[in-house]
Amino acid sequence: MSIQEPFSDGASVVHRLDPRGRIVVAAIFAILIATTSTYATALAGLALAILCLALARLPLRQVAVRLLVVNSFIFFLWLVLPLTYPGDPVWRLGPLTATRQGLVFTGLITLKSNAIILALIALIATVPVVTLGQALHQMRVPDKLTHLLLFTYRYIYVFEQEYRRLVQAMKIRGFRPRTNLHTYRSYAYLAAMLLVRSFDRAERVFQAMLCRGFNGTFYSLTTFSWQGRDSLFLTASLPVLVGLVFLEWFKPTLL
Amino acid sequence: MSDPLIEMHNITFTYPGSPRPVFQDFHFQFFPKNHLGLTGPNGCGKTTLLHLIMGLLRPQAGNIVIFGQEIKQDKDFIPIRQKVGLLFQNPDDQLFCPTVMEDVAFGPLNQGRSPAEARQIARETMESLGLRGFEDRVTYKLSGGEKKLVSLATVLAMQPQLLLLDEPTTGLDENTRHRLIHILQDLSIPYMIVSHEPEFLNHTVKECCHVHGHCCQPTPVPPEGKEV
Repeated sequence: MSIQEPFSDGASVVHRLDPRGRIVVAAIFAILIATTSTYATALAGLALAILCLALARLPLRQVAVRLLVVNSFIFFLWLVLPLTYPGDPVWRLGPLTATRQGLVFTGLITLKSNAIILALIALIATVPVVTLGQALHQMRVPDKLTHLLLFTYRYIYVFEQEYRRLVQAMKIRGFRPRTNLHTYRSYAYLAAMLLVRSFDRAERVFQAMLCRGFNGTFYSLTTFSWQGRDSLFLTASLPVLVGLVFLEWFKPTLL
Repeated sequence: MSDPLIEMHNITFTYPGSPRPVFQDFHFQFFPKNHLGLTGPNGCGKTTLLHLIMGLLRPQAGNIVIFGQEIKQDKDFIPIRQKVGLLFQNPDDQLFCPTVMEDVAFGPLNQGRSPAEARQIARETMESLGLRGFEDRVTYKLSGGEKKLVSLATVLAMQPQLLLLDEPTTGLDENTRHRLIHILQDLSIPYMIVSHEPEFLNHTVKECCHVHGHCCQPTPVPPEGKEV
């Protein structure tokens, strides 16, 4: 098992765009949609996200799986928010009252989350993590943040293996999780050991980097080439994003 | 005999929190053109010796002279690390870039090469180690033996004048071990190998040192073990 990047290889229009343009557009889009409070903007956003997704030609089944994960969190919002949001009651069940405003609000959150996730899948998940790190680096994102991303990507797999080794070591000595102090203590040891080992490994990796002349700056091999289609993508996206802002301002009432 | 590449005098080193020093008044010399094996029981200080040479650990007392230059402070090690390559025991510690190409090019880039030059050097180094076609492989998905050879490539890409190898054969199958022996026999630079395998050392080094607390005196490897 390792981190999969099922969306990053492809040859669609979206895949061929410069990652930097995609990051900029996706970031602005996510901020706009996250702050919107109208259905019209959220719906327009969802439509745009679906359009991007169609252009990226991604395997729909895997996209659906991702959406399912996100929406399983949102499901809990549906359980709680309509019942706790103050407003006009729509129906009652014993002591519980669902409000119209609560339902409307939860629906808006659902729309917004799905629009953002779809846009991120279409624009960002189609960039391999490594390239993403390098693109962020080129966009003058602080080195520490891009290093964090790249190292997490590289070592999460090693830590997972380490975790599995430790769990196996526990299992072969007859450990079975139960609800008792022994189990909790063993899990605490497991977590602590994983932390200590990660720390040690980080130190050794850093030493190995020093030995190869690392001086705090990463020099990247990748050079990105900004092309005509990237300028086109950016200039075409801007009016659309501005359109979303206008939509938000004029607040056409759908509900 | 010419001047030693590495000289260590009166070195005292104790790991923090450890009651017993690893080295006490330790003396060591390494001469150019030598191929040296470092042996000794676990915990006798073989890896520590290599880390002291690279400046990853600093002794509490004593002085170190490398390439004729006395090391006085941490930053004196920066040019040393450009000339001395250290192959770590565990390749997962050494390979940290996502792809093989980036990892091999990391050292040359740090040496100030342009991306195009670094790519070229990386490609040539990989080719010389029989790793053609590995450029875009993902480092964590390589097999143990491949990881080891790629680690060696990352070190050799910096064109070191001296190579230090820390248990290079651990976990290698017979085939990869033979490949490594041939690679080392073809190298034109001096090197030191920490190893527990007498048979591997027979094929790769001229002298062996048994490392212990005070000194490490070389003894020649019997010549009959030279052929592979």
